[in-house]
Amino acid sequence: MADLKTADAAAKPTPASGAAPVLAVQDLQAWYGESHILHGINFNVNAGEVVTLLGRNGAGKTTTLKSVMGIIGKRTGSIRFDGQDIIRASSDRIARMGIAFCPEERGIFASLDVRENLLLPPIVRPGGLSLDQIFDLFPNLKERLNSQGTKLSGGEQQMLAIARILRTGARFLMLDEPTEGLAPVIIQQIGHTIARLKKEGFTILLVEQNFRFAATVADRYYIVEHGKVIDGFANADLQANMDKLHTYLGV
Amino acid sequence: MQALYAQLLVGLINGSFYALLSLGLAVIFGMLNIINFAHGAVYMMGAFVAYFLLNIAGIGYWPALIIAPIVVGIFGMILERTMLQWLAGLDHLYGLLLTFGLALIIQGVFQNYFGSSGLPYSIPDELKGGMNLGFMYLPIYRGWVVIFSLIVCIGTWYLIERTRLGANLRAATENPTLVRAFGINVPRMITLTYGLGVGLAALAGVLSAPINQVRPLMGENVIIVVFAVVVIGGMGSIMGSIITGFALGVIEGLTKYFYPEASNTVVFVLMVLVLLVKPTGLTGRAA
Repeated sequence: MADLKTADAAAKPTPASGAAPVLAVQDLQAWYGESHILHGINFNVNAGEVVTLLGRNGAGKTTTLKSVMGIIGKRTGSIRFDGQDIIRASSDRIARMGIAFCPEERGIFASLDVRENLLLPPIVRPGGLSLDQIFDLFPNLKERLNSQGTKLSGGEQQMLAIARILRTGARFLMLDEPTEGLAPVIIQQIGHTIARLKKEGFTILLVEQNFRFAATVADRYYIVEHGKVIDGFANADLQANMDKLHTYLGV
Repeated sequence: MQALYAQLLVGLINGSFYALLSLGLAVIFGMLNIINFAHGAVYMMGAFVAYFLLNIAGIGYWPALIIAPIVVGIFGMILERTMLQWLAGLDHLYGLLLTFGLALIIQGVFQNYFGSSGLPYSIPDELKGGMNLGFMYLPIYRGWVVIFSLIVCIGTWYLIERTRLGANLRAATENPTLVRAFGINVPRMITLTYGLGVGLAALAGVLSAPINQVRPLMGENVIIVVFAVVVIGGMGSIMGSIITGFALGVIEGLTKYFYPEASNTVVFVLMVLVLLVKPTGLTGRAA
């Protein structure tokens, strides 16, 4: 297993070198109850980038996102967002600083209709997408505003889960496996959406199992294994790293 | 026939109290996952606050309808902040024991100072007297209790089921972690929810003061029936607890007319039947 220096080196081939990263995670450790899940995660995300965490099931990718969001009970190390250490902050405060989270299970509320689901996350700062812009991105949602949230198809639920965090004005999005279990045509639509969000200046931290999908949107990759970041490279070096990647992911 | 209508009215009055109380229990259970055994005690406190306001400060019934729920609601929020919040995530049993203990302490303190007999609280002048409806005589105060309770219940239902604030509440009932990760201060919402539920109980206490007198143990009997109501209606549903509350009051009233011997047990017989057929209650979701 490579040591931490490899991961730090991976932070270098970035477009915005020189500027401080928006998100800087150092030696992040996290626990679920008694079980120690993260053993020292190190990575950076720069403004306007799409960064993807790759790794096998159970490697600690989701736990990393949840730790950044502040919803893992015990976490140590350092998570700096916009220069502030948020390792001890409560998740509502972290959300209000401009980080928005789209969970793997999507988290659509059954007791809320689509409109209520969409309007649930409060506006944390100006500059979020308007409802019209959201319906422009996801026309399906407009037609189903009065349906119960969980009556939507899997793809529509995923769109709703992404759409509702775009309203809030948060510029840093964390998407946990947005393509999981979806049909190829929907995956394509989500890919287009991420590309468009990137063009509009959003910074995106993505967790994916599907690296073919990730390759269509990501600027950089980090490989997570056994609760550590063991490698990282830019999209331009993807081909050169293909063999390593196959070993890491076991595909 | 007169007697039937009279019992129906008594049933509707009791149903009003059942509805207000079980509504508060349902709201509290949804958000805090706590079966609030202190509910009868805070109902009694509502009546006592109205009594104190009148006899110490000379503040009458109408202001008391607003002040007493707020005072008792604040008391409830202090309980939530200092004690109940630490039970989050633990088994229901802990919340049950803590709130049951609190109820015993609160009732014990009031009993120590006021004994067990009832203190009088008179009907406000505006609601004295009665109306002859042709088929029965309706005491105005009793009519007022039924209509006002119905308005408060429907208002609470509207607040929870149809407003943005209510959507936050419903969402936080489903998945508090995610709602908090959207930037909503869920712990504060939980405190306010407990205050709301307790405030509704206190309001029922004020409404009942002129009918049932003000007694330290006035909550004890009613709360046992209310728990049966909640079991029958199911914990999950706001409208379910309102309808079940009124319906069981009426059923109780009808039993008093047709078969008085069973009037004290009919609710519990229904509870047993519902538990046998549908353990989650008539409108409840599986836990």
